[in-house]
Amino acid sequence: MLLGPSLGLSAVLFSLGVAGVLFRRNAIVIFICIELMLNAVNLSFIAFAQQLGRSGQVIVFFVMAVAAAEAAVGLAIMIAIYRHKDTIDVREINLLRG
Amino acid sequence: MPATVGWVWLVLLFPLAGFLANGAISVLRLDAKRAVTTIGVGALVLSFLVAVAVMAGLAGAPADAPYVLSLWQWMPAGRLEIELALQVDQLSAMMLLVVTGVSMVIHVFSVGYMGEDPGYARYFSYLNLFVFFMLVLVLGANFPVMFVGWEGVGLCSYLLIGFWFENEAFANAGKKAFIMNRIGDVGFLLAMFMIFQAVGTLSFIEVFEYAPRAFAIGGTAITLITLALFVGAIGKSAQIPLYTWLPDAMAGPTPVSALIHAATMVTAGVYMVARANVLFAMAPISSFTVAAVGAITALFAATVALKQWDIKKVLAYSTVSQLGYMFMGVGVGAYAAGIFHLTTHAFFKALLFLGAGSVIHALHHAYHHTHSSEEAQDMRNMGGLRKWMPLTATFMWIATLAIVGVPGFSGFFSKDEILAATFARGHEAAAFYVLWAVGVVTALLTAFYMTRLMIYTFHGPNRSGEKEQQHLHESPWVMTGPLLVLAVLAIVGGLINLPAVLPGSGWLHHWLEPVTELSAAYLPEVHLSHSTEWVLLGFATLVAALGIIGAWRLLKPAALKPAREAPEETGIQKVLLNKWYVDEIYDTLIVRPIMWVSENVLWKVIDKGIIDGFGANGSANLARAMGWLGSRLQTGYLGTYVFLFVLGALILLRVVTGWEL
Repeated sequence: MLLGPSLGLSAVLFSLGVAGVLFRRNAIVIFICIELMLNAVNLSFIAFAQQLGRSGQVIVFFVMAVAAAEAAVGLAIMIAIYRHKDTIDVREINLLRG
Repeated sequence: MPATVGWVWLVLLFPLAGFLANGAISVLRLDAKRAVTTIGVGALVLSFLVAVAVMAGLAGAPADAPYVLSLWQWMPAGRLEIELALQVDQLSAMMLLVVTGVSMVIHVFSVGYMGEDPGYARYFSYLNLFVFFMLVLVLGANFPVMFVGWEGVGLCSYLLIGFWFENEAFANAGKKAFIMNRIGDVGFLLAMFMIFQAVGTLSFIEVFEYAPRAFAIGGTAITLITLALFVGAIGKSAQIPLYTWLPDAMAGPTPVSALIHAATMVTAGVYMVARANVLFAMAPISSFTVAAVGAITALFAATVALKQWDIKKVLAYSTVSQLGYMFMGVGVGAYAAGIFHLTTHAFFKALLFLGAGSVIHALHHAYHHTHSSEEAQDMRNMGGLRKWMPLTATFMWIATLAIVGVPGFSGFFSKDEILAATFARGHEAAAFYVLWAVGVVTALLTAFYMTRLMIYTFHGPNRSGEKEQQHLHESPWVMTGPLLVLAVLAIVGGLINLPAVLPGSGWLHHWLEPVTELSAAYLPEVHLSHSTEWVLLGFATLVAALGIIGAWRLLKPAALKPAREAPEETGIQKVLLNKWYVDEIYDTLIVRPIMWVSENVLWKVIDKGIIDGFGANGSANLARAMGWLGSRLQTGYLGTYVFLFVLGALILLRVVTGWEL
């Protein structure tokens, strides 16, 4: 596999993730977008690992483990917020506004 | 140094300890009146005994140079080295005796006079503190130590004038005294700065030793220094234009008036001029200013005293007038004569005030018994009191004869010596003859107003009221005893310096010579022939007799109405009664403009506008505005944060990698 196209795909996925986080309102969607960004990074790790040795693949496992833990915590927080405010629209969650 | 001279610090210690002990009793509100009396009076008795020992030690071992007892280094700062040092010489030992002696007598009198006052302990602690500071002033061996005492007596004066601070007028009188004293103190401070700049030291011995080399005789520097010192003396010793605080100081308890505002503190200015006699002798212009201000004050205050009804006000203006005499004396270079008059004046003026205190005490009690609200200090409510108070009347007459200058009494010799010294300078400049004439006219007025005071108080019919007369009685021995002591001193006080024409040796004159000889070189040699002196003595006697007889013939105590029925005064009498309206003039010219500037410029513009507006509120508003700007970033929308975060990340990336789009 070629490095260039892999990194290009990774960049596109990452940008999509950023755009989703910036512009979507639903917290679940934002969450998915974050996952998308993490996986875009994973993809670039894999691509580099193919060229430079296997330590990059180990990092990918590491990231996946962290992402799983984050998904558990993040979803739990969202459920708590939903119970509290009956919505998970991020525009409504602004108690800390100055 | 003789052993007893080395004890001089004890003179200071006792009153200070008395102040602390009585102060503690006052603060803790202990009910310990006997202890207060014992401590307050005991401290003064011990102090006086030590002062006598110091005087005896000094007399036993006369030295040309003063003894300096250096206690500790106080302010070492570069070239400036100030020690807390006490100086014992002929002048300070003499003052030591006068201050502790008169204070002791007045402390005893206060036991009777203040006996029923709830602030008894506070009173004695202040009185002891005053004596302590006065002794610091007298004993200080350099200008700063003297200045500590100088300020300290001002403070005690303020505390004691406003002793009955519940009365707003009394409290204001205290403030007036303090502020006017402070105006004078600026002069003293400036003089100290200039002396240090010119001579490089502030110790008396060194300054007076180096002064002839450091200054040109009659030069600008020495003239400015002595004038600044004299400004200090004007404030402290109540001379024109800073004299108006002294009559108001009569708001304090009468023994305080006797001690502070007649016998001791107000003479500090005279003492200071005598102490710095070298400097003043080297500045003829300043010396003449001193004498002229003294003479004018003497005459001016005497005219006001002619028409006062408050017995203490008469005595207050009389004090201002007599202080004027003292300045006339030291101004014409007769330093010993100035100190002589200071001493005799301390005796007879303390006696007059204590006698007045005795009268006020009796009248106050009488009015208290009948629940009358009449003024106990107004002479129009007195009259014929010699019937009830024979002792007080006798002692007051002795003091009156002394202040008037009847031959044989102390005031005669001291006043005559000042007038003679002024007359003797007359051949240099006619201006001195003018000063002498002013002094003589003042003597005439003095005789008149003092006789008036005696006639209206002790002679003629009684005007205090029918019921009150039954309650009038002589004061207890604790008050008349001190009067007796002072009366003896007022008679024989003149013996310490009998003039040469009488079979006297002029003891005080010789005693003070080690101090005054420093200036002798700069003063013209003056000598009056014996016949001239006799003529002057005779003339002074004539003037005194004229004043007394004139007052006796002109005043009709029988026609006088009590204060509440008294008709309005008119013409010149009204002007004199209102003290030439000087207080009103000061109020219009100085106090009101200052108040106006303070309120409308300093307060409203500078304080509220600039300091509060720009400084305090301005900085707060700036912080708030910046905070508001910053808070605009905190929208609370996640999107904004992420957007900024991404933007930041991109900027960082650009900076770190140098990546170009």
